Amino acid sequence: MRLPQPCGPLSEGVVETLRARPNGPHAVPEPRAMGDVTYPLTDRDFQLALWILYELHYRGFDDVDDPHAEWDPLLMVSRAALERTFEHAVRRLVSETPDEAPALEDLGDTPAEQVTAALVRMTARSGPSDVAQFLHRRATREEFCSYLAERAVYHLRESDPQSFVLPRIGGAAKVALAELQYDEYGGGRPDRLHQALFARALDSLGMTTDLAPYVERATGATLASVNLMSLFALNRRLRGAAMGHLAAFEATSSLPCERILRGARRLRLPDAVIDYYDEHVEADAVHEQLAIRGICAALVADEPELAPDVVLGATACLAVDGLAGEVLLDGWRTGRHDRAAG
Amino acid sequence: MSNRRVVVTDCPGGPLLVRGADEVVGIDGTAAPVERAVVAVCRCGRSDRLPWCDDSHRDRRRKTKT
Repeated sequence: MRLPQPCGPLSEGVVETLRARPNGPHAVPEPRAMGDVTYPLTDRDFQLALWILYELHYRGFDDVDDPHAEWDPLLMVSRAALERTFEHAVRRLVSETPDEAPALEDLGDTPAEQVTAALVRMTARSGPSDVAQFLHRRATREEFCSYLAERAVYHLRESDPQSFVLPRIGGAAKVALAELQYDEYGGGRPDRLHQALFARALDSLGMTTDLAPYVERATGATLASVNLMSLFALNRRLRGAAMGHLAAFEATSSLPCERILRGARRLRLPDAVIDYYDEHVEADAVHEQLAIRGICAALVADEPELAPDVVLGATACLAVDGLAGEVLLDGWRTGRHDRAAG
Repeated sequence: MSNRRVVVTDCPGGPLLVRGADEVVGIDGTAAPVERAVVAVCRCGRSDRLPWCDDSHRDRRRKTKT
């Protein structure tokens, strides 16, 4: 993949540094006075800069010649500065999320019981999202494709962030995470790799499977929802949050995927699109149980002090993904309004 | 025979997780082949994909069909 086009001073700073002469001296990308970023969770420039820095840890960029860029100390400084601001904004959003849930201590006798009850409770409240209902009943083919384009930023890298957590946890939680990831990665069958299923869905619609154009058009909130997984997965201290995030993500996936599947059938989209969502209704019903009971419960049985982080990660997932969904719906509404007016 | 074990795990309020099975046979004798390492078998009867769980036990509202 090539570097995406920057869209402001922060992402320009990162891209310029990555394009600079390999191994030559380069400036620390100016972490623009973070005061200029009023709301990092929807700031496209901010999230794009962070996304590019994270991508160096995944597949990287064809047009970045410096093979050491991934662990370049100056880029690490930039990443850390962006991450601090991002994490602060996420924690603030979580603290502002209305929460009628009982305290963890009141939900069970052991940390494992408490965390299981908390995760089941917080994910039970959310029905199929407004986005899923829109795709089910109302979306045009064009709007459906714009949804796939938006989600491509995650699905073309589906499940990769969580793989970074495997060496950071132990025992039964590690075994359960490996089991979940094995399924995400095709269960031994390359043609069933979930990332590949999504790429085939894009291809069946004549859409590119190159990630860069999707990153360039994704909203700041969508980039934030993907960066959130990297933030949690690439920082060992946040491993509890990474697994809580995974549990909330999987537990709120099956029912929406069923709605999206029906929308795809309504629009008579190609089989590859149907296949992707069809697979996820069944797979995510399994993954939800593995993530909540297999991973998170076992993790806090092993490391009880991580219980609040697991809940933090789950709450952050629901809040940030909810934000990204609202931005998407607003875009569709505005598009329809503009077309009606035009 | 192999030493493979079939393990069933209870998920209260949700499905049964089954590992190591080859097929799940319904009351009408229809055998559903197991195609993943772990499968979730519906217990509430609300699933549209019996014998597999599709998370319908979570959906408190009436089911809608298209």
